[in-house]
Amino acid sequence: MISLENVSFKYPSGEFVLQSVDFSIDSGQFVAIMGENGAGKTTLAKHLNGLLRPTQGRVLVDGEDTKKKSVAALSRKVGLVFQNPDHLLFSETVRDEVAFALRNFGYSNEIIQKQVTKTLEALDLTGYADTSPFLLSGGERKRTALAAVLAWEPDYLVLDEPTIGQDYLQKERLRNFILQLYSQGKAVVIISHDVEFVAEAGPEVVLMSKGRLLARGPADEILSNEDLVEKASLVKPQMARLFSQLGGGFPQDVVEVRRAKLLLEDRLSQVKSAVSQGA
Amino acid sequence: MLKLSIDTIEVITARGLGFQYSGSSHPVIENVNLSLRSGEFVLLTGPSGCGKTTLCRCLNGLIPNFYHGELSGELLVDGKPVASQLTSEVSRRVGYVFQNPENQLFALTVEKDVAFGPENLGLSRDEIRRRVDWAMDATGTQGLKDLAPYELSGGQQQRVALAGVLAMEPSVIVLDEPTSFLDPRTAEGVVKAVDDLRQEHNVAVVVVEHRLDLVARFANRIVVMDRGRIVDDGSLGEVLDRDYERLSALGIGVPKVSLLWALLRGDHLVTGSLPTHVEEAAARLEKLVHS
Repeated sequence: MISLENVSFKYPSGEFVLQSVDFSIDSGQFVAIMGENGAGKTTLAKHLNGLLRPTQGRVLVDGEDTKKKSVAALSRKVGLVFQNPDHLLFSETVRDEVAFALRNFGYSNEIIQKQVTKTLEALDLTGYADTSPFLLSGGERKRTALAAVLAWEPDYLVLDEPTIGQDYLQKERLRNFILQLYSQGKAVVIISHDVEFVAEAGPEVVLMSKGRLLARGPADEILSNEDLVEKASLVKPQMARLFSQLGGGFPQDVVEVRRAKLLLEDRLSQVKSAVSQGA
Repeated sequence: MLKLSIDTIEVITARGLGFQYSGSSHPVIENVNLSLRSGEFVLLTGPSGCGKTTLCRCLNGLIPNFYHGELSGELLVDGKPVASQLTSEVSRRVGYVFQNPENQLFALTVEKDVAFGPENLGLSRDEIRRRVDWAMDATGTQGLKDLAPYELSGGQQQRVALAGVLAMEPSVIVLDEPTSFLDPRTAEGVVKAVDDLRQEHNVAVVVVEHRLDLVARFANRIVVMDRGRIVDDGSLGEVLDRDYERLSALGIGVPKVSLLWALLRGDHLVTGSLPTHVEEAAARLEKLVHS
C-alpha cells in the first residue's frame, strides 16, 4: 500500500501546490487522478516514488517513509512514466531502452530478453525494436517510455497521461493491459484528462482541484456529477450528457457506451413491441 | 449549396507531395494532394504514425530545411512555392503549435517568449506591444507573463506556445494535438479562441487530432490520412457516414454518440445517418423512446 498522510508540498520559490492531501492506493486497485491543469496531479505522482518529498506530512510505501529511502530503491516498487516521453528516452534502440532498467537491476540475459520481448509485444512495438526512439512518432515514443517501465513489472505503476498521442485501438490495448496488471494484484494509478478513456476503463476516480482532493468514488458516479466535473475543469462523457438530455426516467450515471446501448436496446424494443401490439 | 465569399483565397496547395526522412527506409507521406482556403477549419486525423505531423512540418517549411530527407511534389503557401522561400518567411505565414510545447519555449519569461517572433520581424515598439498583449489576452496567459516557461504546467505551456504563434499574425495556424496536454475545459477554450481568430481574421486552421469529438463542433472539414496518404476528405457528417468502418479500423476515436448509433443501427433499432454530436443524438433518440 502507498499512503499519503496529510501531505502538503511547495516548491522552494512558491505557494503550496499540494495541501493536506490524504490518499492511499492498495494492491489490485486502479485509480485515475483527474483535475484541471495545474491542480497538482503530477506533483502528487512524483511523491509516490520519492522523486519529491513532502514539505509537511509523510508518504509511506509498503509502510516505509519515502524520506528514508532512495529514489533508486523506491523505483523498483513504484514505476513512474512521465507525461513527456522525451524526459525518459535516451537509448540508441527501442530494445535497449526497454532493457536498460532490467540490466541495472542485475537480471540475467535470459530474463531480460523474455521481459523485453513480452513488453514490446504487449505495446505493439515489436516492429520498432531496432529503431531509434527519436525516429518514432510522438505516440510511439510515449509507448516506448511506458514499455521501459512496464518491463520490470513494478508493484505500483503510475502513468502520467498515458493516452496522449494514442489512437483508439492503442487505447483499447492500453486499457486491456492495465486491466491485466491490476487483476494480477498490481496497483495502477493513471493521471488523465481523457474523460472518455476513463469512463470506459472504469477505475476509481480521485478528483483534484487547486492542490486539494475534491472527491473520490467510482468513475460513473464522479464523471456524471455535473457540479464536481465542472469544478475540476472537466466535461462529462458524451454518454452522461446524452442521458441527461434524454430524460425519460433513464438512470443519470451512465458513462460507458456498453451500458448506454443495453439501456436503449431495452427501451427501444419495448417501444417497438408496444407499437406492434397496438397496431 | 456551397457559399464561397469573394475573399477566400487558397493559402495552401499541395500537389503530389511526398517525403522520406534520411535514414528511413520508406516515405512517410506520399502523393498528398490538398488545397486549403482561408477561413477553413480542418481536422486532420489518422492513426498514430500515419504522417500527420510530417505533413504539418512540410506546411511550415521545417521540412526540408530543418529535417533532412527527400521531398517530392509541389507545395505552395500563399501562392508561392515553399522551395523558393526562406524558412523564416514560410513560418511567419504558417504558425505551428507543436505537439510538445516545451520544444518551442526558450525565453526567460513568458512575455519575452511571446514577443520573440514579432521582435524579429522588425516591427515598431508599439506594434510589438499591441500584438503581445492581444495574443496573451486571447490565450488567457497575461497572468503568467513574468513566469519562466519551465515553471508552467503542460497546459499553460501550450497556451503560451499558442500566444507566440498568434503574435506573428499568420495566415494558417497548425495545432498538433492541442488538446493532449490540456484539461477538457481549457482545451475547449483554446480551440474556441483559435476559432474566433479564424472568423475575425479569416485565417485557416488545421488541427491534428486522433479524437473527433473534441473539435467536431468547430471543424467544417475533416481530412483522413492512412499510411502517408489522404484517404478521405469532406464534412464530418459525410465522412462518418461513408467511412465509418474505415475510421474504426484505423483507430480514430469517432464520437461516442456516433458509435452508439452504429451499434443500435446494427440491431435494427434505429435508422438513418450517424449523429456527429450529443445534441443531435439526444433529439433523434428522444422521438424514438417517447413514441
